[in-house]
Amino acid sequence: MTYEEVGSMYFKSVFSENLALAFFLGMCTFLAISKSVKNAFMLGGAVIVVQTVTVPINNIIYRNFLQEGALEWTGQSWLMNTDLSFLALISYIGTIAAMVQILELFLDRYVPKLYNTLGIFLPLITVNCAILGGSLFMEQRDYTLVQSIHYGISGGLGWAVAICCLAGIREKLRYSDVPEGLRGLGITFITVGLMAMAFMAFQGIDL
Amino acid sequence: MTTKTTDVLFDPVLKSNPIALQVLGICSALAVTTKLETALVMSVAVTVVVACSNAAISLIRNFIPTSIRIIVMMTVISSLVILVDQILKAFVPGAADQLSVFVGLIITNCIVMGRAEAFASKNGVIKSFADGIGNGLGYSLILMVVGFFRELLGSGQLFGFTVLPLTSDGGFYVRNGLMLTPPSAFFLIGLFIWLVRTFRTDQAAHDPTL
Repeated sequence: MTYEEVGSMYFKSVFSENLALAFFLGMCTFLAISKSVKNAFMLGGAVIVVQTVTVPINNIIYRNFLQEGALEWTGQSWLMNTDLSFLALISYIGTIAAMVQILELFLDRYVPKLYNTLGIFLPLITVNCAILGGSLFMEQRDYTLVQSIHYGISGGLGWAVAICCLAGIREKLRYSDVPEGLRGLGITFITVGLMAMAFMAFQGIDL
Repeated sequence: MTTKTTDVLFDPVLKSNPIALQVLGICSALAVTTKLETALVMSVAVTVVVACSNAAISLIRNFIPTSIRIIVMMTVISSLVILVDQILKAFVPGAADQLSVFVGLIITNCIVMGRAEAFASKNGVIKSFADGIGNGLGYSLILMVVGFFRELLGSGQLFGFTVLPLTSDGGFYVRNGLMLTPPSAFFLIGLFIWLVRTFRTDQAAHDPTL
């Protein structure tokens, strides 16, 4: 990949094709954990880490085991034309669950300080659509390994930026007078809608 | 348990709607509602998956060790989603193309996981199946309402048939482009929640920071 391609991928996944605001991925946790900037920041960090690890690994799995004709390297003639791509979903989710578990063990053993702050968010991430969505977009857009590494980092970064912005706005919203029925979830949706509109302004910009 | 099966079936549609009141599974609810057709396909897919996974998990609920229950549920759910994905690709390829990654994302839809964890692992098969159908219908209701407004106001059509003739075709209706973009889905669901909570004040959040 050239530098321009890398730059445009980062710009795209953070601003114009933000996983949270343009594709609505990971909304459940997005709305639930965005009450304070501190927690949002932690969760955002966890998403970046997990996304960076899982998207390339799923890419390797897809290219070497699942894609049509991917099993050629085994040299077995009966495996030459097998197309296992229907197993993609189950192997992606398995990889994600396993990676999150390993990451948790690893952090607990070597960086206990980080584990204590990030720990409670890691299990949440297994069922975060943004993570699975990242892997599915990787497959759909046919990224190479290098592209998928960059996509993992930038996709996670975009999600983290969005949740931190929302948490910042919600902390300020605490002091405003919102109509009775709109309080809580309702106003959060409207806020996210306005944010999504703001991020749409980046659409069409190509680096 | 003294709750009746019919209550289990119909409560989630209005009384404890999974999207509006429990805030589950909004990810896909927003993304597939630009057209009623895709919204309908998605509703059916989710309803089938929730109902079947609830029934399956309720069948094996006494054999799953609690420590690995999440993985077991995940496996059951993803197998069902793969089935649905393959069926959609075979019979409605057009809609399956438009839904793209969102069929796969049913796996991580919180409604499916949430119902399996909260209901199916504690209740009988018939009740769990009814609960799955009920929650699927509740989800479908919101999807259809949002899809209705987005397609009608955004392109003047319903299920692809022109209802409001556009000015570009000599009609009277000026297309509202905002409705086809992502933010409108947030606005519509926000307003829908406002509506529901105004009439059911017990559901309103008293803590403004929630």
